[in-house]
Amino acid sequence: MAPAERRLEGIRSMKHKVATTVNGRRHEHEVEPRLLLVHHLRDNLGLTGTHIGCDTSQCGACTILVDGKAVKSCTMFAVQAEGKSLTTIEGMAKDGELHPIQQAFWDEHGLQCGYCTPGFIMAAAYLLAQNPNPTEDEIRKGLEGNLCRCTGYVNIVKAVQTAAKTMSTAPARKTTVAAGGN
Amino acid sequence: MIPAAFEYARASSVEEASNLLSKFGEDAKVLAGGHSLIPLMRLRLAQPSALVDINGLKDLDHIKEDGRKLRVGALTRHVTIQNSSTVKEKLPLLAEIAGEVGDNQVRNMGTMGGVIAHADAAGDYPTLALMLDADIVTNQRTIPANEFFKDLFTTALAPDEIVTEVVFPVATGAHKYVKFRRRLFDWAIVGVAAQKMNGGWRIGLTNVGPTPVRATAVEEALHKGAQPEEAAQHASDELDPAGDLRASPEYKKHLARVLTKRAINQAEGRQ
Amino acid sequence: MAVSQLVGAKIHRREDPRLITGHGHYIDDFTRQGAAYVAFVRSPHAHARIKSIDITDASKAPGVAGVYTARDFKGQLAGTHPAAPAFVAEKKYIPERFPIAEKEVCYQGEIVAAVLADTKGQAADGANLIQVDYEELPAVMDLEKALKDGGPKVHDGAADNVSWDLTFTGPDVTDAAFKEADVVVKQRILQNRLAPVPMEPRGVLAEYETYDKKLTIWMSSQSPHFIRLFVSGAMGLKESQVRVISPDVGGGFGSKISPYPEDYLVPALSRLAERPVKWIETRTESIQNATHGRGQYYDVEVAAKTDGTLLGLRVTQFLDVGAYCGTFSAFQACACLMAGGAYKWKGISARTIGILTNRVPTDPYRGAGRPEATHLVERMVDLVAGELKMDPVEIRRKNFIQPQDFPFTQNFGLVVDSGDYEKALDVAVKLAGYDDLRKKQADLRKQGKYLGIGLSTWIELCGFGPSAATAPATGGIALVESAQVRVTPTGSVIVYTGTHSHGQGHETTFSQLAADQLGVPYESIELRHGDTSEGTAFGYGTYGSRSLAVGGVAISKAVGKVIDKGKKLAAHMLEAAEEDVVYEHGSFHVKGSPDKAKAFGEVAFASYGMSLPEGMEQGLEAVAYFDPPNLVWPFGTHIAVVEVDAETGSAKLEKYIAVDDCGNIINPMIVDGQIHGGIAQAIGQALYEEVVYDEDTGQLKTGTMIDYMVPSAGEIPPMSLDHTVTPSPTNDLGVKGIGEAGTIAASAAVINAICDALSPLGIKHVDMPATPDRLWHMMKGTSK
Ligand SMILES: Cc1cc2nc3c(=O)[nH]c(=O)nc-3n(C[C@H](O)[C@H](O)[C@H](O)COP(=O)(O)OP(=O)(O)OC[C@H]3O[C@@H](n4cnc5c(N)ncnc54)[C@H](O)[C@@H]3O)c2cc1C
Ligand code: FES
Ligand code: FES
Repeated sequence: MAPAERRLEGIRSMKHKVATTVNGRRHEHEVEPRLLLVHHLRDNLGLTGTHIGCDTSQCGACTILVDGKAVKSCTMFAVQAEGKSLTTIEGMAKDGELHPIQQAFWDEHGLQCGYCTPGFIMAAAYLLAQNPNPTEDEIRKGLEGNLCRCTGYVNIVKAVQTAAKTMSTAPARKTTVAAGGN
Repeated sequence: MIPAAFEYARASSVEEASNLLSKFGEDAKVLAGGHSLIPLMRLRLAQPSALVDINGLKDLDHIKEDGRKLRVGALTRHVTIQNSSTVKEKLPLLAEIAGEVGDNQVRNMGTMGGVIAHADAAGDYPTLALMLDADIVTNQRTIPANEFFKDLFTTALAPDEIVTEVVFPVATGAHKYVKFRRRLFDWAIVGVAAQKMNGGWRIGLTNVGPTPVRATAVEEALHKGAQPEEAAQHASDELDPAGDLRASPEYKKHLARVLTKRAINQAEGRQ
Repeated sequence: MAVSQLVGAKIHRREDPRLITGHGHYIDDFTRQGAAYVAFVRSPHAHARIKSIDITDASKAPGVAGVYTARDFKGQLAGTHPAAPAFVAEKKYIPERFPIAEKEVCYQGEIVAAVLADTKGQAADGANLIQVDYEELPAVMDLEKALKDGGPKVHDGAADNVSWDLTFTGPDVTDAAFKEADVVVKQRILQNRLAPVPMEPRGVLAEYETYDKKLTIWMSSQSPHFIRLFVSGAMGLKESQVRVISPDVGGGFGSKISPYPEDYLVPALSRLAERPVKWIETRTESIQNATHGRGQYYDVEVAAKTDGTLLGLRVTQFLDVGAYCGTFSAFQACACLMAGGAYKWKGISARTIGILTNRVPTDPYRGAGRPEATHLVERMVDLVAGELKMDPVEIRRKNFIQPQDFPFTQNFGLVVDSGDYEKALDVAVKLAGYDDLRKKQADLRKQGKYLGIGLSTWIELCGFGPSAATAPATGGIALVESAQVRVTPTGSVIVYTGTHSHGQGHETTFSQLAADQLGVPYESIELRHGDTSEGTAFGYGTYGSRSLAVGGVAISKAVGKVIDKGKKLAAHMLEAAEEDVVYEHGSFHVKGSPDKAKAFGEVAFASYGMSLPEGMEQGLEAVAYFDPPNLVWPFGTHIAVVEVDAETGSAKLEKYIAVDDCGNIINPMIVDGQIHGGIAQAIGQALYEEVVYDEDTGQLKTGTMIDYMVPSAGEIPPMSLDHTVTPSPTNDLGVKGIGEAGTIAASAAVINAICDALSPLGIKHVDMPATPDRLWHMMKGTSK
């Protein structure tokens, strides 16, 4: 590598400050611009519940909420999360109590290997915040950004239906996870 | 995969963004929603030397009615367009198209300006922009859509030029976008948009060539009173699409005809 | 089986709380202090000679700790990639395979160099700086051309491109049947190459402790003990020096059974660099390098009588082996032995040919050989029905092996344990509303719409298995299974099994089994698997729907041994004769006097004390092996209803019905889940998925999830499921297997439905994937 290139390399790996609130806790880190948000969550914050299943933004395994909106955290750089409030799967259960969507995935056998599950739960949280009473078709369309190889989606759809029911009857939880969207 | 290293700067104004682009040089790129750029960078098919993040430019995130025009800021996210009551009222076809781009997560991040500037043959907004004679406004000039899309992933934009707005005409008549794809979240194999406007039809085709196509032959046939079925036969008149994994050239041409018929019929409330 | 509360019940999975809260432990969640990351440089060509590798720039790149090529591994790794006999005991040619290419690359993605660096990003940067000078060689892609003399070869040193050519039964076996026939139907049937695409890609983290000479490998594997066996051998270590831990596995579907080059290279790198080394596969690497499934075509002929009686079947399997023999690639030849399906035949002739090409090797993928068998026989039966204008239901009824025929010795001498095929068919036909569907179909046809109804009356063999059958197939190790049950002094129970789980929920079902049999609370059972240093001496892993029917039975046997010892001890404690002690609901008591009793916990505690009967050793634990007397044979009927768009050729699944029989059911919720997922994978094969290479250059064209089309929730229809229960006589639990059933059954149902839909156009056969483009071309009478 030529010295000029080496110098450029240095500039490009220069770190930027990124301050985020993740699951209610403030974090500050210095990160390389190229660090993907998902790697930041996993490697710097130790939040390994958010998974990586592809290189091309198809699978949704990395889905989290950014200011209440479902986002594929593999398709955002950590530096872009500056000042944002993030919710990951680890922030869904509160005080030892599962979020109704988590409970529904458990009750309806909405997971097998579980690898896609955090992404689905976060996508479902967003979906139900937008549309608390979705039809089966709306659920299937609402989850189009997430792929599961194990369940054939049958029980995932059922889980979201069940969650919609419990969430509409149960009093609203303090942890409104997906308030955002338009 | 991990993208190659790059320099990063947040712009706080369009002017600053443009200056940063000039400073960083030709390999620098604008970062908007990132939903075309970041996947390419992860595959290292794109290795920009620097990214100028325009996500902080809130004044580019807008939807404004301006007489007979609808002005959509470059940073307006698909989800905002999809749900905007202004868009639903003034150009409902745009709201419909926005709701069909990618999936929820993609729509929460991807932007109008990003789709227009990226100029993917399968991008959905370029079709609408072209067929409705929209204007692409940049920090330097206004470019009519029919002069903007030059080739696959190639536009009239200069390296330091930034799309700020896309200006569509208001159109509230019968309309439909028929997007044919294998999976719900896929890009169009072929897409056809139909919009009734000023007493005539505007027909646009997605992914049947390197750039979007306006099906003027269909528009003319309809103007002369041809039935949709008949007029739609002209949808493939001038097409020479490249085949890909999903569709052969002749199948794409066939789809252009079938979907054109469907788009017109469905726009008018027929099946 | 004893009446029980847990077995047969919908018990919530105990693995779920950690998985739904983000606290699972998948391979990428592990790290070691001081670990280096490795990025592999892979061949961009399908076939090329390596002229030189320039590592100068990479070696100097920031953070790079080392660059390694084949030469560096020469003293580190020995031997060649294992290729089990499986169903082809004698292969003509097994290419030598070292985990990293030295002189020649034979498929796109083959590793040529490894870059070790402090961070993932630096490793990737370093890999990008390596310059390899290749001389491209012609790629062998087409199976038919590959078989021709004088053409290009996959491996220079080989005589030709044939890895095996085995005739199980010659044409003579079916001569009589074909002579007798009124009709003969012939068809070539393609099996599209598939990528397994578990949502979690593979990964390996290895730590070699130089001074202790101990190696620990964390990896995402379906069979950690086999990996220990292979890797220790290659590295010159004893099995006992190596520990393989496979934590939560994010799906496998067969692609995480066999060892991979990285499984050897990462540990070897750790030994070379004297630090832990981690590698996590990217999705692109996964689609490119994880073994593919299917990739075959079949030439099939069926002889039948006018009344629909099936007489003879002739099958030749042409199987794309890829560039090297996958460890279990020849397993897929079982498609030949299963080609007869659920029917009686006078004779079946079968031959398998394994052909080398410049593609990534094929290996078992969910169902492995059995989906292919089902697909071909179910297609052929429909073709015969079409020829004879018979209803597909009727021709099946007419030819089924009947309930009274079991145990039934089929044409290849395999003994089908139990079945009632017509019963499952009846239930499915009723559930589908078959007659109404036919009426609806007729009505829609009048409107120019193409509705199709497709059946698949599938059977499979699974539960590998019996030592007599499996020891020769692996080269010596019988795929029996073992279990260890250890009771702690306070009465909690740890069950170790040699199977593993990659989504099947063994922590739940196996605990249900053990808790019921022991009569202790479900919560006091702990299941352990996936770690070669815990429990069983050897584990045979999870694949081939074997875990319950082999591993579960081993657990049951070990529990039985624990109870037996408990009885002896309880008799001593109760001062009764051993024969008089019965064990019920977690308590040992004297026959006829229920208050003279000792609870399980008391006995457990006593077993660690001092007042044991003469000659009894302390402790309460047992090891058991289960060598099943036979394989098990699940079956069922699936019905797919499809509408094909007359204009676009797009096939839409309207309805899907599945009635399956896997013997006794431990947890119906889990069984249904397995079926759902299996069906979805087969729908993927039938309509969406195919690994496509450029036929000239061998370049992979479907290298990302954009182009390799795993279906989403929008493409998979709702499913209606039901079951019949025909217990297996092969094991005491009466269980069969269900992990692969959906995948084995469904592609045939979907394609039969499409062919049925398009039959008014004279279309008889459609290959997979049935894409709109393909169907449209066929509908307008041109082929694509
Ligand atoms: C799973 C998935 C499915 C998708 N499906 C569809 C689909 O069906 N239809 C569709 O149209 N798109 C689809 N997309 C693409 C998506 O809409 C992208 O968001 C869009 O193409 C790019 O917009 P962006 O804001 O994300 O731009 P970025 O990715 O940030 O940028 C894309 C390119 O445009 C340039 N650019 C961005 N903004 C500007 C600007 N204001 N001025 C100048 N240059 C600019 C960038 O420098 C870059 O070169 C899909 C994406 C994914 C991941
Ligand atoms: S990892 Fe697949 S979409 Fe993010
Ligand atoms: S549960 Fe395994 S991928 Fe969804």
